[in-house]
Amino acid sequence: MQPKIELLTQDLIDRIMDEAFQLMMKPGIKVQYKEARELLASAGCEIDEENEVVRIPESVARKALERVPSEFILYDRAGNPTITYGGDKVHFDPGSSGVSVLDPETLEHKPADTSDLVRIIKVVEMLPQYDAQSTAVVCNEVPKEIGDFYRLYLILLHSQKPIVTGAFSNDTLDTMIDMLAIFAGGRDALAEKPQAIFDVCPSPPLIWSKFGAGNLIKLARAGVPAEMISMPLAGAASPVTLLGSVVQHTAESLSGITIHQLAKAGSPIVWGGAPAIFDMRKGSTPMGAIETAMIDTAYAQVAKSLNIPTHCYLGATESKIVDAQAGLESGMSALVGALAGINMISGAGMLDFLACHSPEKLTIDAEAIGMAKRMLEGIQARTETLATAMFEGINFKGDFLKQRTTRELFSEEQYLPSEVIDRDSIRGWQQSGRMDTFDRAKIRTQQLLDKYERPSIDADKEKELVSMMEKLAKEAGMNKLPAFE
Amino acid sequence: MSAELFREMTQSILDGDDEVSVELAKKALSAGIDSLTIITDGYMPGVKEVGDAFACGDAFLPELVMAGEAMKAAVAVLEPTMKASGQARKILGKVVLATVEGDIHEIGKSLVGTMLTSSGFEVYDLGVDVPTADLLAKVEEVDADILGLSALLTTTMIKQKEVIDEIAKRGLKVMVMVGGAPVTEEWVQRIEADGYSEDAVGAVEIAKKLVGAK
Repeated sequence: MQPKIELLTQDLIDRIMDEAFQLMMKPGIKVQYKEARELLASAGCEIDEENEVVRIPESVARKALERVPSEFILYDRAGNPTITYGGDKVHFDPGSSGVSVLDPETLEHKPADTSDLVRIIKVVEMLPQYDAQSTAVVCNEVPKEIGDFYRLYLILLHSQKPIVTGAFSNDTLDTMIDMLAIFAGGRDALAEKPQAIFDVCPSPPLIWSKFGAGNLIKLARAGVPAEMISMPLAGAASPVTLLGSVVQHTAESLSGITIHQLAKAGSPIVWGGAPAIFDMRKGSTPMGAIETAMIDTAYAQVAKSLNIPTHCYLGATESKIVDAQAGLESGMSALVGALAGINMISGAGMLDFLACHSPEKLTIDAEAIGMAKRMLEGIQARTETLATAMFEGINFKGDFLKQRTTRELFSEEQYLPSEVIDRDSIRGWQQSGRMDTFDRAKIRTQQLLDKYERPSIDADKEKELVSMMEKLAKEAGMNKLPAFE
Repeated sequence: MSAELFREMTQSILDGDDEVSVELAKKALSAGIDSLTIITDGYMPGVKEVGDAFACGDAFLPELVMAGEAMKAAVAVLEPTMKASGQARKILGKVVLATVEGDIHEIGKSLVGTMLTSSGFEVYDLGVDVPTADLLAKVEEVDADILGLSALLTTTMIKQKEVIDEIAKRGLKVMVMVGGAPVTEEWVQRIEADGYSEDAVGAVEIAKKLVGAK
């Protein structure tokens, strides 16, 4: 039995849906993209063209909901099915689009560049707790206009895992899909066996920008999975109550699904988000707050009632360094997300309101994720009798260590953490250098980097990818791509 | 023929399979192979491999303990012929091990025993709640190099001192190692024990130091 937490009664879910449908009619949804408005109009929505506001009747949204696949699969580069979006399956990937990285020695937040992203990709590739890669940081030394697909290019060169990514403009999305198509064997094959999913964001409250709506339509038509990231900020860009924010999230997500399914019915789409409460002292948006995790848990429950795959942003912290706050916020929120049965949980590795990434934090967060996944396996009856057979020959002695069953089952019953987690005696701890978690994580991160080997990539495909990237870089005025190890 | 047999013996230790290790010991004996050679070339490489893997975190306690058990079972088969021919297994030292009288905590002490065995010590584990007189009788009987005393309670820890005082009174030359949660460096100095460790891995290091092995 997979353990699960739920925060909403069915009655509340019904009320959330009802009020979300009301919001979609009044005030309606602002859709700042003509093609999207036209799609909605053709389905029977009322359009206020001057104000770019669309009133979406419940019946139109319901029709779209019926067409959304309740489940789909992401594949690795070799074409193996790896990640199932749907049901209560739980996966983790690192947070996306950080702008800086934590220097593990000086503890400065320095602008991220190619070498930082490559390091993060390698660490993620080595840690089995991470099911997918993400375009984790922006490479600041690369021209902005090629930044999106440059990050994807680096992942494709260094990883086999499925990818959670996104585009910052409508134009770059096409390039990114073309890059992925190289490895999938064409655009049709990519739609058949997608290797990446693209985040698409509405703008709170109740707005689908030209860029957001445009990408929804493009992704739907390409058959590449879209992951909506609705971001209510409770008390600032959305109602202060958690439920009020969930209603707004629902309205934004329902309208997104409507646009998406009108562009192409049956295309895969995910009910995701990166909400937060609004901190009333600092005016900030804490991703590690427990209420943030509660909003995620609640909207995931709404999605599950509609049979739609889920995503959220948890496992991150506001702390600026990898300290106790980082550990407790990241660990607690990762566990809540897992127990909520959310299909993809993004955010690991991140500090400072998702601005800063840390490979060392990734190695620590991997342990929290390992423990959360162990929790999800629940308690299982692995032996015929629960205990009596194991008492044979025990004769009141604590000799269970000598039993074959112990040897056979301990590694299934117990999640075995890496050396990042200290379970040594005080002697052992002192002798190995009196290290704290961050010190141990630094060592482990370096070990992972040393052990990393680039996966074998089809030489022709690699050549095609590199020459595509070089050409695009040249067009953006960058004659030589940054070197990396 | 014997090379293949030795490989199987090593494997039986790695598998922690005492039935197979005993079977192979009997087979080797009936083939006329020297007992000492059987232990050194057949079983010890397995014990060493598991011990090394455990030390660097690649093997776990169940593997280590079961390897120890498989080794012990095989040695029991071989011992009579060894004794008969006047041979002795090369060991780092003899250790008598027990939890003191009034204390029934076993796990830590047993782990130390397992680790010492797999490191090449001959260990006599007397169990828990062992009276001082019985302890010292065993020390004298086997001419032990080290006596290991475990106590988990502050109330029974005092027994460690009682045993050490008794050793001094009888003029025995056995060295004493103490262990258990409440034991501190200060306590060790006060009762004039020869060594202590917080955990089983450290206990092996101390024991080796005491017997002058590196």
